[in-house]
Amino acid sequence: MAKIRLVRMSAYFGRTRALREINLDIPEFNVTAVIGPSGCGKSTLVRCINRMHETVKDARVEGDVLLDGENIYGPGVDPVQIRRRVGMVFQKPAPFPTMSIQDNVAVGLNLNGLALNRGERAEIVERSLRRAALWNEVKDDLGKPGTSLSGGQQQRLCIARALAVEPEVLLMDEPCSALDPISTAHIEELVLELKSQYTIVIVTHNMQQAARVSDFTAFLLGGVLIEFGDTKQIFTNPERQETEDYITGRFG
Amino acid sequence: MLSPNFGSYAVAPSATAQARTKRRWQRLKMGVPAGELVFDGFTAATALITLSLVVAIVVVLAISAWPALVRFRAGFLVGTEWDPVNEQFGALPFIYGTAVSSLLALLVAAPFGIGVALCLSELAPDWLSNILGFLVELLAAIPSVVYGLWGIFVLGPFLRDAVEPALARYLGFLPLFQGPRVGVSMLSAGAILAVMVVPFISAVCRDVFAAVPDNLREAAFALGATRWEMVRLAVLPYSLSGIVGAIILGLGRALGETIAVAMVIGNRSVISASLFMPSTTLASAIANEFTEATSDIYVAALIELGLVLILVSLLINVTARLMIYKLTAQRFTR
Ligand SMILES: Nc1ncnc2c1ncn2[C@@H]1O[C@H](COP(=O)(O)OP(=O)(O)OP(=O)(O)O)[C@@H](O)[C@H]1O
Ligand SMILES: [Mg+2]
Repeated sequence: MAKIRLVRMSAYFGRTRALREINLDIPEFNVTAVIGPSGCGKSTLVRCINRMHETVKDARVEGDVLLDGENIYGPGVDPVQIRRRVGMVFQKPAPFPTMSIQDNVAVGLNLNGLALNRGERAEIVERSLRRAALWNEVKDDLGKPGTSLSGGQQQRLCIARALAVEPEVLLMDEPCSALDPISTAHIEELVLELKSQYTIVIVTHNMQQAARVSDFTAFLLGGVLIEFGDTKQIFTNPERQETEDYITGRFG
Repeated sequence: MLSPNFGSYAVAPSATAQARTKRRWQRLKMGVPAGELVFDGFTAATALITLSLVVAIVVVLAISAWPALVRFRAGFLVGTEWDPVNEQFGALPFIYGTAVSSLLALLVAAPFGIGVALCLSELAPDWLSNILGFLVELLAAIPSVVYGLWGIFVLGPFLRDAVEPALARYLGFLPLFQGPRVGVSMLSAGAILAVMVVPFISAVCRDVFAAVPDNLREAAFALGATRWEMVRLAVLPYSLSGIVGAIILGLGRALGETIAVAMVIGNRSVISASLFMPSTTLASAIANEFTEATSDIYVAALIELGLVLILVSLLINVTARLMIYKLTAQRFTR
């Protein structure tokens, strides 16, 4: 069943159109990879799914994005509510520099206005850090600033931060691009684990990664969705010539 | 545009400065292009000249104030009697007036200036923010005499007839808001200073907010923060030391402001708990009385007021720097 459905969705930066009439069904409890050469609109695509695109100046979206059948661009829909349901992890980890590790994880809980006591808070912090495969490394330093961690740890901290609020969908925009192979492996494992409870969309430049973690793959080129399908099929037997050229490294 | 450069004195040699000196030596020993040396020499010279200028000003003031310094000693700072006829000079009312009027100004101007800056940098669309920003900064370009005139004819009467009665009615149990209402008062001075200081605080804060990395804003939004929550999570904590700096810069302005204050404060060297009463400040007293100062000791006493003013500003700057240093060291480990 499609958790997210893009219907003739176009995205603009001022006058320039970054995405053109995308139709795409993203299935629930699966990992969908978005691949394509640099500048083809991968980041823009995922940012349209949690209404982050419009936070850029002069940026706007046309067409519909349905989340559980409801248009998130419909009249009266509060983008803040959408972003609480659709979590996001960015390419560059951005923990809040003045907050401790545990406060970074818990920050979204306060936003949601949940009245939690200390015990419940600590429990959620621990669970989220465990899920993000970071707990063992930081459990004795929860009061330290989030920025005192390494880049890979910071990225996992940001994943924990996104998971703490229990989103339904997790968007990951090149989450491993700044990480070493070990941290990357951690995060890939994590993605595979998380997909039983979340719908995940992951942008990646790494074909192997897409093949390893995703169930479905979308290939974008110049703002157009060229091909979408089962990951295995896309990588072994693509229908379109452009897809084949890209995954065999002939361009991009 | 104002640059967030909070006073040019009291620069302690920091660890980075020492490292820089060391590097320079290493480069010198290795032999570097002449252009580098010239540039180094030039920047070092300008820095030194600026520093010696400050020292020179203090020294010259101290020499001119010498007769008063030796005659009144510490009594000058704590004395409340300012009686030129009998050559009694106590500066406490001036120090008090300066401190209270400046604090009053900051009390209003700091939240206002920060609010304006937040509105301009986080809320308003670019075109509006540019226009409003320009208008706010225009406030800084109005000469102080004009502020003084406005204070006498508009602000003073308004405070006397509208604000002070209200304050007296609802907060009159406080000694701050008791007494006669005459239109020239500590309150007037504080209010006019507040208006004059807002553009400085907001301009610096705007620059400070512009330096907040966008990915922090995005992170907050992506977690489902509203605009205000984003400001609270991402913008304000990151800018804290800059905001303190902006306020200190505003305080520096308020402390030294002369003409506008002299025109609205009433110039009476008394210490009164009531903000409705006339008062005086270090700077306005110097401007007011310098032409009447006939005896040498009177002139020396006025110059000593100037010296006190400089030292107070210096003290505030050093404290602020230490505070900023502490805050940043604590909150941004690494
Ligand atoms: N803030 C912006 N303002 C204007 N144009 C933008 C902006 N961000 C992206 N674009 C344009 O939109 C297009 C798609 O950008 P996007 O960031 O989505 O690419 P991407 O596929 O994520 O690339 P990469 O792999 O390098 O991250 C690009 O052609 C880019 O020039
Ligand atoms: Mg991208």
